[in-house]
Amino acid sequence: MLRRALQPGLSRGVLGRGLGTHRGRSTLDQNGKVPEIKKKVQSVLPGGAWNPLHDTSYLPPEHSDVVIVGGGVIGLSVAYWLKRLEKPRGAIRVLVVERDHTYSQASTALSVGGIRQQFSVPENIQLSLFSVEFLRNINEYLAVVDDPPLDIQFNPSGYLLLASEKGAAVMESNVKVQRQEGAKVCLMSPEQLRNKFPWINTEGVALASYGMEHEGWFDPWCLLQGLRRKVQSMGVLFCHGEVTRFVSSSSHTKTTSGEEVTLRRIHEVHVKMDRSLEYQPVECALVINAAGAWSGQIAELAGVGKGPPGTLQGTKLPVELRKRYVYLWHCPQGPGLETPFVMDAGGAYFRREGLGNNYLGGCSPTEEEEPDPGNLEVDHDFFQDKVWPPLAQRVPAFETLKVRSAWAGYYDYNTFDQNGVVGPHPLVVNMYFATGFSGHGLQQAPAVGRAVAEMVLDGHFQTINLSPFLFNRFYLGEKVQEHNII
Amino acid sequence: MDLRKTKPLHLVTPVWNRGTRGIRGLSRAVAPEGSQKKGRSLLQFLADRFYDVQALREYLLRKQVLKVHQKNRPFTYIKERFGPHAAGAYFILKQGGAVKFQGKEWIRSDARGHFSLDFLKFQAVPVEAVDASGCAINYQGLDSLLALKELQSLWLQRCPHVDDWCLGRLHPLANSLQELSLAGCPRISERGLASLHHLQNLRRLDISDLPAVSNPGLTRILVEEMLPSCQVLGADWAQGLPSGPEEQSRDTASPIPA
Ligand SMILES: Cc1cc2nc3c(=O)[nH]c(=O)nc-3n(C[C@H](O)[C@H](O)[C@H](O)COP(=O)(O)OP(=O)(O)OC[C@H]3O[C@@H](n4cnc5c(N)ncnc54)[C@H](O)[C@@H]3O)c2cc1C
Repeated sequence: MLRRALQPGLSRGVLGRGLGTHRGRSTLDQNGKVPEIKKKVQSVLPGGAWNPLHDTSYLPPEHSDVVIVGGGVIGLSVAYWLKRLEKPRGAIRVLVVERDHTYSQASTALSVGGIRQQFSVPENIQLSLFSVEFLRNINEYLAVVDDPPLDIQFNPSGYLLLASEKGAAVMESNVKVQRQEGAKVCLMSPEQLRNKFPWINTEGVALASYGMEHEGWFDPWCLLQGLRRKVQSMGVLFCHGEVTRFVSSSSHTKTTSGEEVTLRRIHEVHVKMDRSLEYQPVECALVINAAGAWSGQIAELAGVGKGPPGTLQGTKLPVELRKRYVYLWHCPQGPGLETPFVMDAGGAYFRREGLGNNYLGGCSPTEEEEPDPGNLEVDHDFFQDKVWPPLAQRVPAFETLKVRSAWAGYYDYNTFDQNGVVGPHPLVVNMYFATGFSGHGLQQAPAVGRAVAEMVLDGHFQTINLSPFLFNRFYLGEKVQEHNII
Repeated sequence: MDLRKTKPLHLVTPVWNRGTRGIRGLSRAVAPEGSQKKGRSLLQFLADRFYDVQALREYLLRKQVLKVHQKNRPFTYIKERFGPHAAGAYFILKQGGAVKFQGKEWIRSDARGHFSLDFLKFQAVPVEAVDASGCAINYQGLDSLLALKELQSLWLQRCPHVDDWCLGRLHPLANSLQELSLAGCPRISERGLASLHHLQNLRRLDISDLPAVSNPGLTRILVEEMLPSCQVLGADWAQGLPSGPEEQSRDTASPIPA
C-alpha cells in the first residue's frame, strides 16, 4: 500500500476538478525524442491513463498558493488542514516539496511512535488530546473512497513516569494541570507501583504518574501514509525535489519607536529536482517551513537570523539536528503484556514491542555527550554505558538481555526550550513555521497542522491557542517551561 | 469504521465507479424512465451540492459514520430523570441488547425492537449484567455503560464497532466487572487486550474468535499471565495460526499444551 501511496503518477487527486492545474514544463523532452517514444508506448499499452513517460507530476507547478517544505507528518498535516478548512473547496493550491520519498532520514519514520498527555504545559496537553481524538477517528478524518481503512495500531498501554524525591512535587503539580485539561492520569505511590507492576524495582522512586487512557504508541508510518493518501485525493500536489533557494523582496519600515526594520516577502521557491542540476522556480504566496530537523537551514535560506545579534533580525530559528538512538532488545524474562511506556526519573525510557518479549528504548544524551549528527550510525557503547545500567536497575529482569537491533534518527531539536515553533515569522512575513518539536512532534502533528492552517486562513489560532509557541519568544527570551521532555 | 463493510458503498460502486462520469452519467443510473422532472430536480440538487461523483461518495461514506454516531448518542434526559442505571439500560435496549437489574429478570426488546419501560421505576436498583452482543455500540456509546458502577457481567460479542480504543477505557469498571466476553469482535487486537490488566477483578474473559489478533494462542497465554486469577477462554496455544470460523461455545476444559 505504501508503495502505491508513494507513486506520484497514480495520484487521482490531481485529476480532480476545479484545480486548473498548471503543470511545470517537462524536462524530459531533452532531445525531442520523448514524444515519439511516447506515441509508441501509447499504441502498445491498452488505454491506461497512466503513462510513465508522460508523467510530469514529479515536477512542481510554476505557481502554487502555498508551498510546504518537507513532506513528513507535520508538513502533510498542514496540507491536510489547509485543504480541509479552505473555503470554498479548491480555493487554494497547495504544493508539498519533499526531497526524499523514501523518508530514509525523516524523523517521522524513525520515531518510536509514542503519544502521551503527561506534559506540564497546558498547550502541549491540549495538542496531544486533539491528536489522540484524530487518531481514534482516523478513518473518518482520512477516509478515501475505495481505499482500505487505515490500521493505526494504537497500543492503549499508557505512559508511566517515575519521579525521584526531588521531582515528586513537580510531578504532582504537573498531574494537576493534566487532569484540569481532561487527561486521565493517576498518581501512584511506590507501594501501589509494586502491586501493579511487580517487575519494577521502586528504589529511588518517590512517586509515579500513570496514564489510564489515550496514551501509548502507534504506527507512525500508517499516519504518514494515510495523510499522504488523503491529501493527494484532496488535490494537494507533490513534488520530489529539494528547496534550495528563496527569491524574496524586502522593504524597510520604521517601528513606532523609531527602530528600522526590514520586512521580507518570499516570491519564489527554487526546487532542485532529484538527481539533476536543474531547478524549477515556483511562484508562491506563502511558505510553510516543515522541514523538521533541517528547518533551521530552510529558515536561513529565507534570511532568518541574518542580522546583528540581539536584534529581531539577528534571531535565528534555534532548531538543530540532534541524533537519538533507539535500541531493540529481547529479554525472555521481561515484563508482560501490561507493560506501559516507562520513563525513568533519569531520562531512560522503554516500551514493549509486539508480543515476543521484545522491548525498545533509549535515553537522551546530556549536552556534553551529544553525538556528531553528521550521519545516522549507531553507537552501541551508548547502550552499554548510558541506557542499560539505569534500565537494569529499574527492571531487574533486564539484567540479562540481548540487543537485537538499533537505529538512529534526528530530533528536530529546539535548543531554546525544546518545544514547537508554530506560526509566522515576524519579519519574513510569509514564512510560517511548524517545527522544533524535539521528540514529541509526531503526536502533535494532527493538531499542529490545524493550528497552522487556522493561522494561514483566519490570521489567528482558533482551536488551540498556540501563541506561546510563536517565533517571537526567541527574541523576547520567553521560554515555554515544559518539564517533561524526553 | 471498516469501509469495506459499509453496505451502501457496495450498492453504489458498480454504478459510480467508472471513473468520473460526471453528473450526466448519473441521470441514467439514478432516475430511470418516467420520472423526468423528478430526475432533473435531483440532478439540480446534486449539481448544487456536490463537486463531483467522488464528493458524493465521500458524502455517503460520511453518512454511514454519522449513523453509527447517532445510534450512540447518550440519553441525557433519562439519565437526569431516572439515574445512570436506567439510562444505561435504556441505551442498551434501544440498541437491541439485554440488561439485568440486580435481583430481577433479564429484560430484552422484542422482535420489533419494543420493550417495556417498567425498569424506569427501579431507580436505585443497579444494573448487574449487560448483553450487548451484536450491537452497534462504539467508543462514544460506552459512556452509558461506564456509568454502571456495579456492572459484573458484560457481553460484547460480535460488536462491529468495539475496538482497541474501547477496551482502553473500560478501567472505570475495574471494581465490579467479573465477566467479560469479547468473542467475535472483528476489530479487537492484542493491543487492546493488553489494557485489560486494569480489570483485576475479572474472573472470566472470553477472547475467542478475534480475527484481528495476530497470534491468538500466544496472546491468550500472555493475557492469562497478565490476569492470573481470571479464566481466559480463547484459542489454544496450538492454534497459533488463525483457522476457519469456530463454534460459538467452546469447550473450556481443554488443557493448554504449554
Ligand atoms: C528516535 C526518535 C524517537 C521519537 N519518538 C517520538 C515519539 O515517541 N513521539 C513523538 O511524538 N515524537 C517522537 N519523535 C519526534 C518526531 O519524530 C518528530 O518530531 C516528527 O516526526 C517531526 O516531523 P516532521 O514532519 O517535522 O519531520 P520529518 O519527518 O523529518 O520531515 C521533514 C521532511 O523534510 C524534508 N526536507 C528537509 N529539508 C528539505 C528541503 N530543503 N527540501 C525538501 N524537503 C526537505 C526531509 O526530507 C523530511 O522528510 C521521535 C524522534 C526520533 C528521532
